[in-house]
Amino acid sequence: MVKFSEDKLKEVQSMIDRYPKGKQKSALIPLLHLAQDEFGGWLSAETMDYVASILGIEPIEVYEVATFYSMYNLKPVGKHVFEVCHTGPCMLNGSDHIIAYIKRKLDINVGETTADGMFTLKTVECLGACGYAPMMQMGINYREHLTEAKVDAIIEECRNKQ
Amino acid sequence: MSEAVKTVKVTIDNITVDVPMGTTILQAARMIGGDVVPPAMCYYSKLQGSGGKCRTCLVEVSKGSEADPRPMPKLVASCRTGVMDGMEVKNMTSSKVEDARNGVVEFLLLNHPLDCPVCDQAGECHLQDLGYQHGKQGTRYEFKRRTFDKHDLGPYIQLHMTRCILCYRCVFTADQLTEKRTHGVLSRGDHAEIATYIEKSLDNNFIGNVIDVCPVGALTDKTFRFKNRVWFTKPVNAHRDCKCCSGKVTLWQRGEEVLRVTARKDQWGEVEEWICNECRFEKKKTSSWTIEGPTHVSRHSVISQGHYENIQQPKETFTAVNGGRNPQLLMDIHSVSEVNDPSIDLSLINGPATSDVYNHSTKQS
Amino acid sequence: MAKKLLLEKAHVEGIRHYDVYRREGGYAAVEKALKMEPAAIVEEVKKSGLRGRGGAGFPSGMKWSFLAKPEGVPRYLVCNADESEPGTFKDRYLMEFLPHLLIEGLIVSSFALGSNRTYIYIRGEYAWIVGILEQAIAEAKQNGFLGKNILGSGFDCEIYVQRGAGAYICGEETALIESLEGKRGNPRIKPPFPAIKGLWDCPTVVNNVETLAAVVPIMNMGGEEYAKIGVGRSTGTKLISACGNINKPGVYEIDMTISVEEFIYSDEYCGGIPNGKRLKACIPGGSSVPILPANLLLKTAKGETRLMNYESLSDGGFATGSMMGSGGFIVLDEDQCVVKNTLTLARFYRHESCGQCSPCREGTGWMEKILTKIENGKGAMSDIDLLWDIQRKIEGNTICPLGDAAAWPVAAAIRHFRDEFEWHVNNPARCQTQNYGLAHYADPIHVPA
Repeated sequence: MVKFSEDKLKEVQSMIDRYPKGKQKSALIPLLHLAQDEFGGWLSAETMDYVASILGIEPIEVYEVATFYSMYNLKPVGKHVFEVCHTGPCMLNGSDHIIAYIKRKLDINVGETTADGMFTLKTVECLGACGYAPMMQMGINYREHLTEAKVDAIIEECRNKQ
Repeated sequence: MSEAVKTVKVTIDNITVDVPMGTTILQAARMIGGDVVPPAMCYYSKLQGSGGKCRTCLVEVSKGSEADPRPMPKLVASCRTGVMDGMEVKNMTSSKVEDARNGVVEFLLLNHPLDCPVCDQAGECHLQDLGYQHGKQGTRYEFKRRTFDKHDLGPYIQLHMTRCILCYRCVFTADQLTEKRTHGVLSRGDHAEIATYIEKSLDNNFIGNVIDVCPVGALTDKTFRFKNRVWFTKPVNAHRDCKCCSGKVTLWQRGEEVLRVTARKDQWGEVEEWICNECRFEKKKTSSWTIEGPTHVSRHSVISQGHYENIQQPKETFTAVNGGRNPQLLMDIHSVSEVNDPSIDLSLINGPATSDVYNHSTKQS
Repeated sequence: MAKKLLLEKAHVEGIRHYDVYRREGGYAAVEKALKMEPAAIVEEVKKSGLRGRGGAGFPSGMKWSFLAKPEGVPRYLVCNADESEPGTFKDRYLMEFLPHLLIEGLIVSSFALGSNRTYIYIRGEYAWIVGILEQAIAEAKQNGFLGKNILGSGFDCEIYVQRGAGAYICGEETALIESLEGKRGNPRIKPPFPAIKGLWDCPTVVNNVETLAAVVPIMNMGGEEYAKIGVGRSTGTKLISACGNINKPGVYEIDMTISVEEFIYSDEYCGGIPNGKRLKACIPGGSSVPILPANLLLKTAKGETRLMNYESLSDGGFATGSMMGSGGFIVLDEDQCVVKNTLTLARFYRHESCGQCSPCREGTGWMEKILTKIENGKGAMSDIDLLWDIQRKIEGNTICPLGDAAAWPVAAAIRHFRDEFEWHVNNPARCQTQNYGLAHYADPIHVPA
């Protein structure tokens, strides 16, 4: 059963309090972020139904939103998700090369997760770091000016976090 | 009558009409009727918030209003644009509109499967009509068409997502007629789809109306699935005493058998009164209904090919208007082939039997 | 050295914190504004000639004056920090380094517009900036610049940060409002405009981060003084985020009188093109504006020097000009492939289309497929004409400007680089291993001897 802890429920309440009375649906997007962080890095149907019940809205309203935004994972992902940008400015600075390198290094394709469940590789569209290209997002942080050596270091860093 | 209702003048394709303030261009055009009415694939006057999405009803506003006569810079969605006093609108008289609309029709058909031969909506499909009116014979799209995972919506409603044009009408219907909406638009962009996320059946007592509002064959009646082609059936208006709805329906019959029950629709293809699932899906016996008479179907519709309605011999015949002379040929033969066109010099047509060829060959020998 | 109004203090140690920001003269604009009539502040902004810095360039003071003020209905100010236009990262920089500048601008603007609840809608990926902003908000509140009865003026204001979740379309103001209401980011059909019916159906103003930050110098120096900076209708300073093939990518504050050439080659700004390569093309205002070949970028069709401002960049219309847009300045050197670049942008717009209206939903995917075909050496000549026709049928026919944004890059690429597309078609094998190069649209000035 998914359920927020008491502390998290207080956080949820403070999110809802940011909006006028009766407009609690506005808290849906921040709440889904919180739920995704809390419940395994992805949004299961059960999690989404739980969020719907907190906000007093229909589950379909949550599904509609969760499937619209690209940051919500609707399937389980690896422990570390590499989201590499491949839009124009990053491409001009060699993002294709970085993506190919990560693919080789982790032996997975874009959209896949390594067998040990450690890494997921995704390509994403512009993340607003064009001046620091090529780049990727990992968790809430950006990793910028990527090179092969930097990618190696990041992978090493993730493995050491175990 | 109170003076509160202010009327304004609006001119559409050079026809001027007085309409109440707040009317949309599309509604004003419908008051005029005929060919000046822009087609609408997503707008539905009975569903609040509908419209603006499909872009088939785009029109050109060549004069904004009497007060501000500037033309609008872009084509506007007539279903969601209110009229102003003195506004001038071009629909079929605008080449820009024609061009844009051809584009929209092409876009709508781009990923639409051409499965009309097996689609239950064929014959009453708005996209089919639109395609005939504006589309080209071929497509310029050479890629694989979009497909979706199958999604079951329960015993009554059949979903064919590949046919969907995302008009959102069924979502508005569920929002406005039922208490709990369980289906919606999921994902985004060209992957957006109508679904319930976790497969479940739609079972609200009024949810069957989504079938009637669907402009294409994306949502069809499972109880009618593959039973018959609509143009072989005979629509009659009927009613019954129903506790939940008005009970006013159209029965689609073949012989004495009721193959399908739908709500009655007006000339724009919109439901007149919503009906409940019981009337729609459960009452398939003629004896359950009081028949009122044949449903009027536009003579442009393929359904009217059944000739079930008001069959009357015309009083005046060609013989009568031609002063007793029997017509020999009813068509202008000149329009059929250039060979018969007196303005064309036959010798200029490529072919073996011109006099030039003849003269040439005789001189040679 | 150009005058800096926004970023002057960006590198002062600890400027992220209230104490330092205040010591450097921060929050003076709030003190000044709260003694004025709200209408007088709107008037100052009008006088300043400030234009929306998000991309459309609509005069901000005019936008503010459209805000409906019905009795008993709350009004809202929403800060658009959903910076997602490829090539643009200026708002991020501003929020990361000078969070208090934005908060200060927001307090002044909220007071001017009568918004007691103001939201910052920030793109979901900028997750770490949420913390920076919330910290700044808390500090401002501790010091009496937010909350109830600010500085004894009787004005109450709270600022909240709302995180998006990955959708470029939420940068469109009505899609942003929908998203803020907890819905899918589907743009609304206008009219009604947000100034009449916006957030929760109340009158709402949505402004870009940089626009709202610019309110601070306008307050401090007065609208008229602000209007003296720059040229023509391009008043004040503009943040340009420069990226692509340049030596010094980054965010630069310019007054809008410098030339494009200076901006690219001067060491004060981009510092020229790496490895001695030559300039091929540039997208001067974020990915959706028309790409220009070097010869048209540095000089207008009339042969005049092109300047970094609204009027000069759009000189010549779309035939020979481009747009200032959001200030995302993307430079392509001689080894870049315009077809490939256009393809990545087309893919971006296909990915970001909300799917509500048919020309954009279907057209963006179609363009991407055809461009993929051409880029992979499988295209036909007729595909180029087809692409042109598709973009033409999307442009202007959609609910929101995303349709135009998707159509313009394709149109401009074909308009100026058709020979490169044709080369791809004619050389299906070669185009896989080699680039077309510069051809006749080379930078006419910086040809190495």
